[in-house]
Amino acid sequence: MTTITKQPDPGLAAGAPRKSRKRGKPSDGFRGIGDLKVALFFIAPAMVGLILFYLVPTIRGIYLSFTEYSILGDPEWIGTRNYERIAKDPLFWNALGVTTEYVIINIVLQTALALGLAILMHRVAKSTLIRGALLMPYLMANVIAALLWFWMLDYQIGIINQIIEWTGLPRVAFFGSEQWAIPTQALINTWRHMGYTALLIFAGLQAIPNSVYEAASIDGSKAVSTFWRITLPLLRPVLVLVLVVTVIGSFQVFDTVAVTTAGGPVNATRVLQFYIYQRAFNEQDFGYGSALAVILFLILAIVAFIQMKFLRGNQSDLD
Amino acid sequence: MMNKKALGAVAAAAILSLSACSGGASGAEAAKGEISYWLWDANQLPAYQQCATDFTKANPDITVKITQTGWDDYWSKLTNGMAAGTAPDVFTDHLSKYPDFLKTKQLVALDEQIAQDKVDLSQYNEGLADLWVGQDGKRYGLPKDWDTIALFYNQKMATEAGITPEQMGSLTWNPQDGGTYEKAIARLTVDKNGKRGDETGFDKNNVAVYGLGLPGSDAENAGQTQWSYLSATTGWTTTDKNPWGTRFNYDDKKLQDTIDWWASLAAKGYMPKLETTVGANAADNFGAGKAAINSNGSWMIGQYTGYKGIDVGIAPTPQGPEGKRASMFNGLADSVWAGTKKKDAAIKWVEYLGSAACQDVVASKAVVFPAISTSSDKAAEAFKAKNVDVSAFTQHVKDKTTFMLPITDNASKVSGIMKPAMDAVIAGKSPASSLTAANEQVNALFAK
Repeated sequence: MTTITKQPDPGLAAGAPRKSRKRGKPSDGFRGIGDLKVALFFIAPAMVGLILFYLVPTIRGIYLSFTEYSILGDPEWIGTRNYERIAKDPLFWNALGVTTEYVIINIVLQTALALGLAILMHRVAKSTLIRGALLMPYLMANVIAALLWFWMLDYQIGIINQIIEWTGLPRVAFFGSEQWAIPTQALINTWRHMGYTALLIFAGLQAIPNSVYEAASIDGSKAVSTFWRITLPLLRPVLVLVLVVTVIGSFQVFDTVAVTTAGGPVNATRVLQFYIYQRAFNEQDFGYGSALAVILFLILAIVAFIQMKFLRGNQSDLD
Repeated sequence: MMNKKALGAVAAAAILSLSACSGGASGAEAAKGEISYWLWDANQLPAYQQCATDFTKANPDITVKITQTGWDDYWSKLTNGMAAGTAPDVFTDHLSKYPDFLKTKQLVALDEQIAQDKVDLSQYNEGLADLWVGQDGKRYGLPKDWDTIALFYNQKMATEAGITPEQMGSLTWNPQDGGTYEKAIARLTVDKNGKRGDETGFDKNNVAVYGLGLPGSDAENAGQTQWSYLSATTGWTTTDKNPWGTRFNYDDKKLQDTIDWWASLAAKGYMPKLETTVGANAADNFGAGKAAINSNGSWMIGQYTGYKGIDVGIAPTPQGPEGKRASMFNGLADSVWAGTKKKDAAIKWVEYLGSAACQDVVASKAVVFPAISTSSDKAAEAFKAKNVDVSAFTQHVKDKTTFMLPITDNASKVSGIMKPAMDAVIAGKSPASSLTAANEQVNALFAK
């Protein structure tokens, strides 16, 4: 991940292949074409994958969003009717609200905790074992993590509710009550992802040159103000990357919901991705599902654009 | 079949051999080879494995490969399989699902071959065979079993509460005060201090044993096991006609009164709150002694009688305001997928599944009631041999107090609308009158 923060010297990067080319190919005429062939050969697998699994499905998805399509049979062109229906669909607006609630809780907690962890990793926990251990939850499949917490937080038999009862408090319906269902899911995913996010930020911390800190301490800066005035501003490009990636990721929350509450109670966890899945795969309304997916795609594009634009993620203050 | 244009665009890149284009089966193919068969109930798997073995013995050219997938994943897996060309040749079909398959032409009409092979449709319990005739008048399934609803109850708890088996067998119910049914439920509810639900000082927020268990709002199944046995006694029907109704009646006061009464049990502490049931298994809670009564279908007999240390009684559903009981009558069938490449062999297997030879095997395992009348009787005997009295289930058929599971188009979309609406009512968040709005949404599906 360090490559993102540390722009390699353009002269150096371009220089290396130039040298080897001179050695390998004596004739200038064939050099270009030969390289192109080799390049295409190496690019081809990724290109095929990109076209087959991203480009074609995306274009087809956009096309399907203007049709009525039940997967069995042929799609029927209905113009923008799906989009008109979505605008009036209370479940869509509910899904948007629920998803936003999830994203906000998840991102705020995850970023704050990950930043804290990263600084601890940077300053205190130098042991690779501890740093590695922080990544453990991330190595677990989403579904497994979700089910694990689903059992531990179960109202009747969950160990956490047992402990809550021992302390004299009433049991909590973590997944069953409407006000708890989304925060619970957001917390589970925060737990799973924060180690990984911390690692990204940690990489960014290491890219900040020590000389800056030395200068700060010579000027008499305290640890707290060093953090706010030096660490955080210089970390901005990494934090933007982290935010863009995690926001996009958490807008697409699906598996945790699918294996636990499946949209319920009532509509409390009917997040956008789950609603898309429900309309498309459960109700065989693939046209409507595609239209919802296109809208989610647009939302994510706008969110990512705003983040990049206003947080100046592509510029570093180090230069 | 699907996707041809898009596939053409990347034909150069697609080295994959796509089996997506599922060609129709040619009738000329001989009835041999391996056919695939899907079912969802693990409890029935051994019985049908036995049938498959017997079938291959009688037809050495055909083998049957059975795959069992849990109900939750069964239908999406099946639909995706149909789209991808990998669906099974034969599969267990459900009344609430098959209209969607008919609409998209995924099923093979069986009429020709069963007429040729002289399958006797009158051998099945009354009404079961008619359910599988589509709006086009053609037959798309042969009945395999049927089920009705009854009350499973914990006999030890009933005795402690002073309720006799006779009383449990003659419960009455009405939507106003719940009749003796609610009295029994209240009596069977016990709080943490040992106070019963009908005693003063009962703490409804600290209940140890609920009188009635709750698996969920059951809206996705039209209340099959949870409230349809009550609402139907008021004369309410789910749709304007059945099968192929196009107007739903969730706006009817009779239904809404029933649901309000049912939801009130949770408010009174006689039934778990909906929020506490997420992720829980109602039957297992019954097995753990946390509920005294569970209403459920006859396919659950094995599970309920299988809990160690629980002495289970089976009582008929209560009599309604007009003195009659009611139970949804559901029947499964086996259907042949239109994309099969071994149509003749597939239909032969369906006919075997629908024959007394196989249904007697199923009967002997005492798991469900087979569709053939004589096999049903054998199943009842097999249950009796296991010391299980199933008369509460069979009584509905004898007394003709059954009504058919609603068969309509758009079933999955109806579930998608009704489930959250019903959840909100059972959770105590909205009154049952809020179902009227959901009903309008449902009816709008048919207005197109």
